Amino acid sequence: MSDFPHTPPRQSWTFSNDVNAEIRRAAATGIYDIRGGGSKRRLPHFDDLLFLGASISRYPLEGYREKCATDVWLGTRHARTPIHLDIPVTIAGMSFGALSGPAKEALGRGASEAGTSTTTGDGGMTEEERGHSRTLVYQYLPSRYGMNPDDLRRADAIEIVVGQGAKPGGGGMLLGQKISDRVAAMRNLPKGIDQRSACRHPDWTGPDDLEIKILELREITDWEKPIYVKIGGARPYYDTALAVKAGADVVVLDGMQGGTAATQDVFIENVGMPILACIPQAVKALQDLGMHRAVQLIVSGGVRSGADVAKALALGADAVAIGTAALIALGDNDPALEAEYNKLGTTAGAYDDWHEGRDPAGITTQDPALYGRFDPVLGGRRLKNYLKVMTLEAQTIARACGKNHLHNLEPEDLCALTLEAAAMAGVPLAGTNWIPGRNGF
Amino acid sequence: MQVFDLEAQGLRALNATLHTLNRQTNETAWEIVNPKGSHAIAVGVDAPVDITVRGSTGYYCAGMNKQATIRVKGSAGPGVAENMMSGTVIIDGDASQYAGATGRGGLLVIKGNASSRCGISMKGIDIVVHGNIGHMSAFMAQSGSLVVLGNAGEALGDSLYEARLFVRGPVKSLGADCIEKEMRPEHLLLLADLLKRGEADHLAKPEEFRRYGSARKLYTFNIDNAAAY
Repeated sequence: MSDFPHTPPRQSWTFSNDVNAEIRRAAATGIYDIRGGGSKRRLPHFDDLLFLGASISRYPLEGYREKCATDVWLGTRHARTPIHLDIPVTIAGMSFGALSGPAKEALGRGASEAGTSTTTGDGGMTEEERGHSRTLVYQYLPSRYGMNPDDLRRADAIEIVVGQGAKPGGGGMLLGQKISDRVAAMRNLPKGIDQRSACRHPDWTGPDDLEIKILELREITDWEKPIYVKIGGARPYYDTALAVKAGADVVVLDGMQGGTAATQDVFIENVGMPILACIPQAVKALQDLGMHRAVQLIVSGGVRSGADVAKALALGADAVAIGTAALIALGDNDPALEAEYNKLGTTAGAYDDWHEGRDPAGITTQDPALYGRFDPVLGGRRLKNYLKVMTLEAQTIARACGKNHLHNLEPEDLCALTLEAAAMAGVPLAGTNWIPGRNGF
Repeated sequence: MQVFDLEAQGLRALNATLHTLNRQTNETAWEIVNPKGSHAIAVGVDAPVDITVRGSTGYYCAGMNKQATIRVKGSAGPGVAENMMSGTVIIDGDASQYAGATGRGGLLVIKGNASSRCGISMKGIDIVVHGNIGHMSAFMAQSGSLVVLGNAGEALGDSLYEARLFVRGPVKSLGADCIEKEMRPEHLLLLADLLKRGEADHLAKPEEFRRYGSARKLYTFNIDNAAAY
């Protein structure tokens, strides 16, 4: 052995352990990695924004004494029966199939008790959810699984899904382990197949067709229901403008942190934009068309707290939607189940193989033994608590900014901690009056 | 016979009126005049009534129909009878793209030709086309039967599930996982019934058709099928 010092072993940044492990996995299996959830990258996010709070020029409201309203109207543009929610935090679309029946029931229970809505998913409307959701949004997806005019009419709103943040341009995926008898019957598919939903709607293409499709849905439902159009965070300025042009009452905008039940990891991590970059673009489109607040904007993708809600609303959204956070509130990835997550080769907080249907929490499964563990009443109570806390947190911030309604929050209440966040959100870098990209700088 | 002048009375009034009809209605015969290619004519009807449209229609005529018999005395635009649940829709002329898309039940008869994507994602509907059909027809078709007396365009039945396809004339090409299958006696019986109900039994015999269906090789992921994904 030489007496000279050795060069220490050096791991490549490009070929990190994670990268190498994925190469070996791909070589061994011959199939791309499929998982649930949204992007796990470190992305510019609401954490990179701060509220300025009150000062000599802005006076605050007294916490718990002076009112700070939280309600929101959705669908006021054309619908005969717009939706009125007590809080601006809604439950995003998640399918029966991806989720168990008891989990869907819990979402309905919790949302209804908190005064907000739930949303169906790529699998049709279940009695569990309709029965327990005071306000239910019925998704109209490319697959049209379970689609029928009776459910359209007993929905409170219709959401035409063009895309979602986890996979703009991709269709749904539900692998065979979760295609139980009931799921197969609802979707009119053979039991146990690996179901790949279409990524485009079967009977319309482009904004001009979408306008006619919206007309048809309005006619079928006698112009009663608000019609939402959901888009992934791809080209939010143009997609929002085109959705408005097509006649949408509400635009739902989902950033790349938004979850999915299952899709390719490469899709989740490499397609679409973070929600922070999307909101100002969508708001600008609405403002340019003179439709801000006339067409409501719901945003989603990584909303976790009342602070996130307040920041999204300050940037111009009317409401937010939560999916992953709601599942965590129900009990998904709970450290109390660590031993069972270890048996699946993972750990609480990292479990994302929702497509395999072996969720020990009983939420993302169709296995009766597993979902039988999940208590929908308790789950609903936990979700209600969480939604109430988010609302209280958002009110706390709004009062500190002197606002008597969450919708009175505005970009001027914000500053950014990073250049990236300042540029994306269109608010000044903290301690400066510099908004990167504005005025030629 | 109730006559509705669409040009004079408007689309909203038409559909609102049709939605008031139910199983017990005595107003069982309707005629719609002056359709002039309007979209969304007679959508969401849920009553056992007969509706005749005197002229051609735009997009989504008879969309989500339940129970009604709707006859178009002309041609139909895209998405005719989309997501139909039950009943019968008959087009005397041609049909544009996506005819019968995602239909879950009932019978769609097209006496002329149907354009591309006829029967796309069909989920139980039966479709009888007297003429030809365009490319990508029966794409991802899940169940039900598609009967074509003429020819089929490219990529018939791509990625289809359990739908049954019967074509009398040449098929330009089959889509991924779609293969020709044996015509067994039960299929001939099914065809005979469909031809009769599709007002086509005087035009063709079941024995003149070939049957196509899913090879079921794409039902589960397999890297050796990567070229088809």
